[in-house]
Amino acid sequence: MKRQWLAAPYIVWMIIFIVVPMLLILFYSFTEQTEYGIRLTLDHFRRFIDPIYINVLLRSLLLALACTVICLLLGYPMAAILASREYSRKKIMYMLIVLPMWMNFLLRTYAWLTLLERNGVINSALSMLGLPSLDILYTNEAVVLGMVYNFLPFMILPIYSVLSKIDQSVIEAAQDLGGDNFTVFRRVVFPLSLPGVISGITMVFMPAVTTFVISRLLGGGQFTLIGNLIEQQFLSSGDWGFGSALSVIMMLFILASMGIMNKYEQENGGALW
Amino acid sequence: MTDSIILELKNISKSYDDTPALVDINLYIRRNEFITLLGPSGCGKTTTLRIIGGFEDPDSGDLLFEGRNINDLPAYKRKVNTVFQKYALFPHMNVFDNIAFGLKIKKMPKDVIREKVERMLKLVNLEGFGSRSVDSLSGGQQQRVAIARALVNEPEVLLLDEPLGALDLKLRKEMQVELKKMQQTLGITFIYVTHDQEEALSMSDTIVVMNNGEIQQIGTPEDIYNEPKNAFVADFIGESNILDGIMERDYLVTFAGKQVPCVDKGFDAQEEVDVVIRPEDVKVVPREEGILEGVVRSVTFKGVHYEMMIEGEGHTWMVHSTLMAPENTRVGLNIRPDDIHIMKKKVTA
Repeated sequence: MKRQWLAAPYIVWMIIFIVVPMLLILFYSFTEQTEYGIRLTLDHFRRFIDPIYINVLLRSLLLALACTVICLLLGYPMAAILASREYSRKKIMYMLIVLPMWMNFLLRTYAWLTLLERNGVINSALSMLGLPSLDILYTNEAVVLGMVYNFLPFMILPIYSVLSKIDQSVIEAAQDLGGDNFTVFRRVVFPLSLPGVISGITMVFMPAVTTFVISRLLGGGQFTLIGNLIEQQFLSSGDWGFGSALSVIMMLFILASMGIMNKYEQENGGALW
Repeated sequence: MTDSIILELKNISKSYDDTPALVDINLYIRRNEFITLLGPSGCGKTTTLRIIGGFEDPDSGDLLFEGRNINDLPAYKRKVNTVFQKYALFPHMNVFDNIAFGLKIKKMPKDVIREKVERMLKLVNLEGFGSRSVDSLSGGQQQRVAIARALVNEPEVLLLDEPLGALDLKLRKEMQVELKKMQQTLGITFIYVTHDQEEALSMSDTIVVMNNGEIQQIGTPEDIYNEPKNAFVADFIGESNILDGIMERDYLVTFAGKQVPCVDKGFDAQEEVDVVIRPEDVKVVPREEGILEGVVRSVTFKGVHYEMMIEGEGHTWMVHSTLMAPENTRVGLNIRPDDIHIMKKKVTA
């Protein structure tokens, strides 16, 4: 029991940097400073009910959803290839997936700027080949591209880790009982890999919905996402109350989506169909 | 029909990274037969089973099912079902869905599936367990689900890969009896893989003893036990005393420094042979009455009999007897001529 003390530094850390800030956000979002002192208010939340802000939230959710779907479609096959027993270049491939994560997130995203610029690397290459130029910088597509690029490993790795732990004999049993490759995947492999899929979705969707760096760099600030909005309130407008209220709203959305995922997983016993 | 051949392996060979796993296997399997592939681990018995099941491709040779070559038929199209070593139940399904898996793939009507699965649950003594999750079952129960899941598809051949290996002794004995009973009532061909010679002897119609990827002997349990073809089979099936001997002429063999009459013939004069004698066939007698002599080194009580290690004439004899001779006494040993089994030395390539 004495070992519990080993967790003390972490608990202190957690209280100072996670619990206290959260309480502060709650405090700011429900209070306002008046000349008579601090008083409770719902004004910050009321301000949010405005088509401009609702649209920002919807766009954030939509882009994050698009990014998550693309990551899943790209990541699942990649994870399956990595996990297959026959694949011999596993280590190299694994390195290539993890390698970008060792570099600074900002640097990686800046790199896309030079790639996508009107006279950037990609367009120079395209024009050399006589192909029409690609003008996607500062569009939704560029933002989604940046998100997918940055968050793809977070989809591949959890799925890979679950897939590689599936007992090979269970797959053989499914074949033995008459399942062709597609049936075996649909009824056995995919349902068994769901925990990895769900944790992949969580790990991609959450940072994607809250990002403000990718949207600012690759979206050129024209496409404000909820992350940018919050950043603005704290850093430029100095409206901590509204910023906190936005943070609370976003947290609620994230908690709700995670809750749905969890409930879904439990009810179906890990199976989708 | 009972004697018709359902499955035939012709010159099947298989190696993994240049290590031969199976060398030129030839085997017939008759309909409704309980055939056991028996051998130590790494002898090729599981590889043979996996080739029949369709999980491994042989490097060469033919696999015939009812006379037709099925080498290229994928596992899911074969009329064969497997009970896997570690059961391999689907962890995301309950007992009912595990058993119904094969039937659902065949798109059988729901009520037919329900009826068949219920009948299977009854057969394996798991009535009322349909909605249980497989994790909540004991090893023996999981084993029964695995058997039911395979049998419900009414396969022509059931492959069993050491299915009782993970069970405790008592449960294993019970399941042996149950499996044998099921095989007889259902009239399905069972191909059973085990390294447990007792299991093989008590359940099988035919035993195939394998070692180093080669078939050593095929025969009924009685044949295999009483007339082992070589020293390996003799040693693997039950315990044996194996000595180097020299065949003097027909019906006379020299071993342990003594010329002893035997019942074997047809060897070259002075041919080096293996002499195999079962521990229960060595009789302990007073010193002067024995053809051999020895000193009792240890005595172990084994329940039905005593196991004595008796040292003499350059060999330590293992002797099973219901009578005990005390340690360190000098005794005589007698062996009846027809209990001496002479075997050709295995030609080492």
